[in-house]
Amino acid sequence: MSASTLDVKVTLNGRKVAARVPADQPLYDFVRAHGCKSVKCACETTNCGLCTVWLDGRAVLSCAVPMARADGHAITTLEGLREQSADFARCMAEEGAEQCGFCSPGLIMNVLAYEREVVASGAMPSDEELDRRLSGNLCRCSGYMGQRRALKRYLAARLEAAARPDAAKEA
Amino acid sequence: MLRFDNYVRPVNTAEALEVLRYRRGAKVVGGGMWMRLSSRTVPCVVDLSDCGLGSIAETDDAFEIGAMASLRDLETHRALNEATGGILERAVRDIVGSQFRELATVGGSVYGRFGFSDVLCALLALDADVVLTGAGRMPLARFCEQGYEKDILERVVVAKRDYRAAYACMRRAATDLPTLNVAAAYWNGDWHVAVGARPARARLLLGSELGLFGPEPSAAKLLNAARVLRGLTFSSNMWGSARYRRHLAGALGIRAVCEAAGMPVPEACAPALAPADEEVSA
Repeated sequence: MSASTLDVKVTLNGRKVAARVPADQPLYDFVRAHGCKSVKCACETTNCGLCTVWLDGRAVLSCAVPMARADGHAITTLEGLREQSADFARCMAEEGAEQCGFCSPGLIMNVLAYEREVVASGAMPSDEELDRRLSGNLCRCSGYMGQRRALKRYLAARLEAAARPDAAKEA
Repeated sequence: MLRFDNYVRPVNTAEALEVLRYRRGAKVVGGGMWMRLSSRTVPCVVDLSDCGLGSIAETDDAFEIGAMASLRDLETHRALNEATGGILERAVRDIVGSQFRELATVGGSVYGRFGFSDVLCALLALDADVVLTGAGRMPLARFCEQGYEKDILERVVVAKRDYRAAYACMRRAATDLPTLNVAAAYWNGDWHVAVGARPARARLLLGSELGLFGPEPSAAKLLNAARVLRGLTFSSNMWGSARYRRHLAGALGIRAVCEAAGMPVPEACAPALAPADEEVSA
């Protein structure tokens, strides 16, 4: 494989997509061009977490993934997780964790990936661990305390649901 | 943003090395984390994703960390962290955010030999070798002192030892680059203390250089070690002055050694942890 443009095939939110793209095109440019406008790029320094998507289920910064490397992989954006994100979005609203909302899509993608790790471990992380996880998503409105409360509330409900499947809808 | 004209994804490291050596302007890309900070155009990018270097394998006597394993792999590998006193998890957990660490690679951090690297500083204190496609296997400390050669870093091999280790660092903000970092480990009856972000490359000092002998050094020995650490070369940049770094090297060095030794910092060391008069008045 050696070309300034290349043919890529990815699975975007469960849909097969084939395209000819510049090899160095960032993944976030690609997903936005395919209608996933929740993904934004803000910091230009690979720091802010706004462009978070899942690459094969792992939360990553799409601004740092060239399309050449994304070829053949499954990409998920918030557009593909509308149902799964509803519960956490409600926790955010109830805990006052959302203000301008600009950073919310990246945060939600990170939290939903984290949820899997936490549920697999079966234990609620400490506040320090929650804060460390939140550090991957910069927010200039909220001061993070509301986000930590929302994350804690959401994970508590998920852990309870995992332990007692009939409680899955409670948050 | 870094641009590249051509992109090559070899299936083994021998092929990757051939491309790197004979294709004009070829560069290896690790996690690609700094691409957005560059305005260069690279004629040919070599991606090692298909070379089978993305995992951490445990053998009877070592952990073999593939160059394309992510910092998140390093952070979450339970057996590796249990075997090394948690030093690697401690070193990487404050690097930006988890999404960044999912992409950033061990190889990128080690091959780059960045002065600010948390990973390199932590690995230096352990019994670690690097394996290169061209140059073969060598101690990480020697690799760290060398210049950049066109070679492929395949893996870092961390030998299983009875490590007592700790990592200490100072950052201006929680996820910023370190102003100074120190890793201390006691194994094979000797102390190994690495000091990084000086801001030059991390430097390893052994117990014999520091005057540290035995698993639980006395206050006098610790104070002497702090004096030796402060004698390293430091310089200034936007993360801290040379003077501040010199002070931190002594303070963090004492703290890291005491933590690794599993003992409290002796009261007699308190003066070495406080800013010196000239640091306060300057």
